[in-house]
Amino acid sequence: MSTLTWIILIIIILLIGIYITIYNGLQKAKVYTDESWSQIDVQLKRRNDLIPNLVETTKGYAKHEKETLEHVVELRNQLTNIPTGERTETLKVSNQISDALKSIFALQENYPDLKANQNFMKLQEELTNTENKIAYSRQLYNSSAALYDQKLLTFPSNLVASIHGFKKVDYLEASAAEKEVPKVKF
Amino acid sequence: MLFQQITRNKRKTYIIMILFAVILALAGAGLGYLFGNSPWGGMIIALIISAIYLFIVMRDPANMVMSLNHAREVNEQEEPELWHIVQDMALVGRVPMPRVYIIDDASPNAFATGRDPEHSAVAVTQGLLKMMNREELEGVLGHEISHIRNYDIRLSTVAAVLVGVISYLSGIASHYIWWFDDDRGHDNDDNNNLVLIFKIIAIIFVLILGPLCAGLAQMALSRNREYLADASSVDLTRNPQGLISALKKIAGSKPMKKADPSSAGMYIADPLHKKHGFSHLFDSHPPTEDRIKRLEKM
Repeated sequence: MSTLTWIILIIIILLIGIYITIYNGLQKAKVYTDESWSQIDVQLKRRNDLIPNLVETTKGYAKHEKETLEHVVELRNQLTNIPTGERTETLKVSNQISDALKSIFALQENYPDLKANQNFMKLQEELTNTENKIAYSRQLYNSSAALYDQKLLTFPSNLVASIHGFKKVDYLEASAAEKEVPKVKF
Repeated sequence: MLFQQITRNKRKTYIIMILFAVILALAGAGLGYLFGNSPWGGMIIALIISAIYLFIVMRDPANMVMSLNHAREVNEQEEPELWHIVQDMALVGRVPMPRVYIIDDASPNAFATGRDPEHSAVAVTQGLLKMMNREELEGVLGHEISHIRNYDIRLSTVAAVLVGVISYLSGIASHYIWWFDDDRGHDNDDNNNLVLIFKIIAIIFVLILGPLCAGLAQMALSRNREYLADASSVDLTRNPQGLISALKKIAGSKPMKKADPSSAGMYIADPLHKKHGFSHLFDSHPPTEDRIKRLEKM
């Protein structure tokens, strides 16, 4: 073969290599965003599992706070009924749950017995933990989404992305509650 | 920025290992000369022993550093809050969950160690847990997780372990001085004076130069990376205030009682609170005021 054929061959192999790298990079970024969303989902489910326990524990000590407790249970049921994939709706309800939980944690100020209850304190740490995990997962989701979207907009990865029909993902809106997880001092 | 730092840290790890190998070889030669009049023998023994030692330690250096600092491992049930914060920081930093240790010391401090993010560990003192609120703990642990992410841990762990070896060697040499004096009277050689001079040089080298080089190398390495870890911590927590107030509390506290000197450079702030006066050359950490100032600008 002539030198020219060799050069063309090498260039073609090189281009294929670059193409594959870019494609894999896009896939990886996409997987990262999906993975971080599933993190949020996992934490939301975990929180949903903890809420009945919290309500049970609190009920005995704070009998007059029926409304507050019912509210959080109702929101929890609402969240379980949202079909998967409805991210905006899921997050909207989950933010409301965050607020409702805060008011339950605030009850301990009025009920010293509740504050002394080991189980309540443990649940509070567990729920604070999931609240924080939700916030951090959202942050991770947004930075993953930013990386991915940046690849969709910049050359040359945008070419590969348009060939394979990669679609832009949306950021999760930062709610006012996001960093304001129940801050309870021990 | 981060990827560059990771490559640089990996490269520096190799450079420092070679540098230490040279220092160890020279220290070994000095010891060999003192004990058996055989510098080459000493050099070879030192190199072989340190190679074996390094091989064993590098399989899981975190264990060794933790035991040097009298740290004990805890689980989620024992320290839920600490555990959860470490989990949060590992999550948002996208590194595997490190092992968690506690040091029984009233002074607030923390460090991270390990071979790589898959084999890493963080330790905090009882004092830190007692004095800091959740936000401040997040700042401190974000800083430690950043060290893990940047491969700072490998670099500083290797340095700490090797500094430990060199100070052990010079400890042996310092014992030698005492019986060296007794021995001298029996020697009536013409070369006596020359031999004496050589022996003194060897002692000076082993006792001073070795640890000095090692200490300098370790400290120069640890100073700059603290700023980066501070900045990365804020990147993880999105909250500079937590780390700022944590650093302020740490700066205003008493030094640790029994921090291992060879791993002092690994702590978030110098656990020994050494003041070196006019020279910052030997400081293991940048001044806390500078760190706070940089954080406040973020």
